[in-house]
Amino acid sequence: MASVRLEKVSKSYDKHPVIKDLSITINDGECFTFLGPSGCGKTVILRLIAGFEQPDSGKIIIGDTLVCCPDEHVFLPPEKRSIGVVFQDYAVWPHKTVYENVVYPLKMQKVQKEEADGRTMKSIAMVNLQTLEKRLPFQLSGGQQQRVALARALVSGPAIMLLDEPLSNLDANLREEMRFEMKELQKNTGVTILYVTHDQEVALAISDRVAVMDKNGNIRQIGPPDEIYEKPADSFVFKFMGVSNFIPLDYRDGKVYVRGSDSVMEYPVPKDQTDALREGSLVAGCRPQDIQLSTNETHLRGLLKRAVYLGSTIDYRIAVGETEIRVQQDIQEALAENRIYAEGDKIGLRFLDMKWFARQEVDAGEGVS
Amino acid sequence: MLGRYIKSVGIAELLLALSVLILVVVVAVPVLLIVWTALFVDGQLNIKDIVMVLSEPDTYEALKNSLVIAGGVTFLSTIIGVFFAWLVSRTDLPFKNTMKLLFLIPFMLPSFIGALAWKMLLSPRSGYVNKFLMNTFGLEDSPFDIYGLIGIIAVETMYLFPFVFIQVSGALERMDPTLEESARISGAGLLTITRKITLPLMLPSIVAGALLVALYSLAHFGVPAILGTEVGIYNIPTKIYERIYQSAGSFDAIRTGTILSSILVISAGLILYAQSFILKAGRFQVIAGKSMRPTLLKLRGLKMPLLVLSILYIAITVILPTVTIFMVGSLKTYGLEFNLENMTLDNLTYILFDWKMTKDAIWNSFYLSLAAAFVTMLVGTLISYVIVKMKVRGKFILEFLGVLPFSLPGTVIALGVILMWSGKFGINLYNTAWIIFVAYVARYMAFSLKSNSAALEQVHDSLEEAARACGATHWQALKDIVIPLIKPGMVAAFFLIFLPALRELTTSVLLYGPTTRTIGVAIYTLNEDGETVYAAALASIALVIIVVGQLVIKRITRSNVEGV
Repeated sequence: MASVRLEKVSKSYDKHPVIKDLSITINDGECFTFLGPSGCGKTVILRLIAGFEQPDSGKIIIGDTLVCCPDEHVFLPPEKRSIGVVFQDYAVWPHKTVYENVVYPLKMQKVQKEEADGRTMKSIAMVNLQTLEKRLPFQLSGGQQQRVALARALVSGPAIMLLDEPLSNLDANLREEMRFEMKELQKNTGVTILYVTHDQEVALAISDRVAVMDKNGNIRQIGPPDEIYEKPADSFVFKFMGVSNFIPLDYRDGKVYVRGSDSVMEYPVPKDQTDALREGSLVAGCRPQDIQLSTNETHLRGLLKRAVYLGSTIDYRIAVGETEIRVQQDIQEALAENRIYAEGDKIGLRFLDMKWFARQEVDAGEGVS
Repeated sequence: MLGRYIKSVGIAELLLALSVLILVVVVAVPVLLIVWTALFVDGQLNIKDIVMVLSEPDTYEALKNSLVIAGGVTFLSTIIGVFFAWLVSRTDLPFKNTMKLLFLIPFMLPSFIGALAWKMLLSPRSGYVNKFLMNTFGLEDSPFDIYGLIGIIAVETMYLFPFVFIQVSGALERMDPTLEESARISGAGLLTITRKITLPLMLPSIVAGALLVALYSLAHFGVPAILGTEVGIYNIPTKIYERIYQSAGSFDAIRTGTILSSILVISAGLILYAQSFILKAGRFQVIAGKSMRPTLLKLRGLKMPLLVLSILYIAITVILPTVTIFMVGSLKTYGLEFNLENMTLDNLTYILFDWKMTKDAIWNSFYLSLAAAFVTMLVGTLISYVIVKMKVRGKFILEFLGVLPFSLPGTVIALGVILMWSGKFGINLYNTAWIIFVAYVARYMAFSLKSNSAALEQVHDSLEEAARACGATHWQALKDIVIPLIKPGMVAAFFLIFLPALRELTTSVLLYGPTTRTIGVAIYTLNEDGETVYAAALASIALVIIVVGQLVIKRITRSNVEGV
């Protein structure tokens, strides 16, 4: 279908820069996600690609076509870019039926009536809205309206699809279903998908590659979902991808301590981090589910402050010195191994996985997400 | 493959330029000309002349009268409006919903037709009520005299109090009843609650309504023209009219007019500013969006007397004048008694089919209102679209110009239009229907902008963008998506302009030529010439048109609501 290339694209509103010198390439047939907190400018990127906004400088190239370049006075209006867009608020036209909504792009392309009819019905069937094509949008649920928007964006066979948080207004069940359906659609049509969201779960589930953005519009890391999750480029990415513990470390008499405590940390510190450890600027990061609780005396000792039952898991908060560590235990496993603990228990923590960060960086990233 | 698309002057800039141009030519330049003419003589600032004009006894008197009338009308309208609003929304008055509709009827009646009716009822010598009372009680003198400040204030109040009524009854209905209930639980009596809780909370709405009344009354022409000029009482608009009319449009008269107009514009601006300020400051979080059921005061023994009072009020202010207009309109000669022998339909047929002057007037009003409503609706849609939807630099000029017409009284617009279109700038429209058309467009632009902007704000940007993404050009997106969605707003704008324009008097009375009388002008001049019977007959035709028009609007707006 088509690739999308941004070269040194900048955009500011009222002299407040939102996107600065952004260069990125989205491959043909890829599902690419911009993931970031609200206000990070991810929607602006999407609107720039769609042609709803014009950049202040830089180039945007879709396929082989230069669609936008202010320096050369090139601007291709949205209707000429062969894109499908699904908006956060669906933007299903309230005065048109489902059928009229979906057939509209074909009408604009002056597709013959019979062919248009066939493609429209196929598109409606693809999103499981058969038999509802004569309804007006107000007679549909949110999820159904969402699917109308999707069918409308797909019907003309666009080279790229731009999706702006299309799942955020749906309830959890429907969200999961739509997530799956969208992935299926992409497999079947091979369309390039650009997806914008603040929901890391969706991003991990549907993307071939993810770009994680911070509040200031900088891209912190680009990579496949497993790489983003397993090998975060920095503490911001690590924190954004899920609940996380940051444990500042001290080095005394050849032993590693959790800062502000006498508890010894058993987990081996890799060689390339020893300098930072000696300077006292090393912070360990880990997920709550990567910690196992035990009564084993040799593990890091902490005091169990709070236990919250969450159904399939139990959420613990454990104080080690001044640091509070969140631990999540699978309830079946814990029951089977008799590892259920109560508030007030003194307890050992065994770390299964650990990432390493510099303290300055963690402190600077504080409060970002 | 697609080549390069040169983006030089886009549609956005073109539309902006066009909208600005229209607003500048139709609204801004005429106003500037008024201020310029008032301030400068032969290109030099001349304050002395202004002071001189204002200290002339009769202009000074007109200023004073305008203030006294506006003050009196505002005061009375506020009291009556608040009282009836409270009665229909906070008591167990019977037939409340019907009463509420009835209290809005005075809005529909043109106040100068009301003034005409009251003149027929209460003029000292020939007024029917006066004559009846004199005959019945053998009085030497007539007990009432409608001419003069008190008569003007009373009649204007009858037709302007709904401004306060609508504001206050709306606010009373939306007020969170728990605020009053908690005062009650704290041990406050009903009187204390009303005084300490309800009234202060209602104050912003009351003041907003009162200021609207003041704005209208200050610049009102019809009632003072009919009930004041005959006894030498003028307010600013009637003074401007008198000066220009008597001197046949001499420059001195126009200059005096511009000075008085400038005062009107400034006062109107101040009033609107005060209103927006008060509405903003008064936006406490007490008025809930959804309507709730407040505790109703039980009127007990007062129930029937208050109902009778309300019905009597409607009967006297609405039914009596309307019936009078129809009755007098079918009299053979003014002054005859009302009995079948003296009644005839000849007046109506004469006016409708034989007399060129009235036939012309009806026709003029029709096509002028139709054309003005249509053009103003379309231009208003365009300008609102640029204001609400487009991202272009320099939009703030448009926003400012768009607010300007709100503060321009009809007299001022007429004067501005005279200055602009009477040959000074190469186009002379004086004495043609075009000059009235241009004035109507300027006068009603505010209505169109308000209605269209409100409709456009409901249409989310993404709806239009979705069409663009689907391959529609800007124009196609407008045609297929935006226009269908704002159609109700456009239709509303059309009727909001068409109906008031149909009965318009203030502006056209300064602009009409020998063949370009409007219905309002014709009624007014017939009355001036002593043709009271024909004036009443034409007024009754106007009333029928207005009522039919209102019914049509209701039907159309309702079917629009159902349609979407």
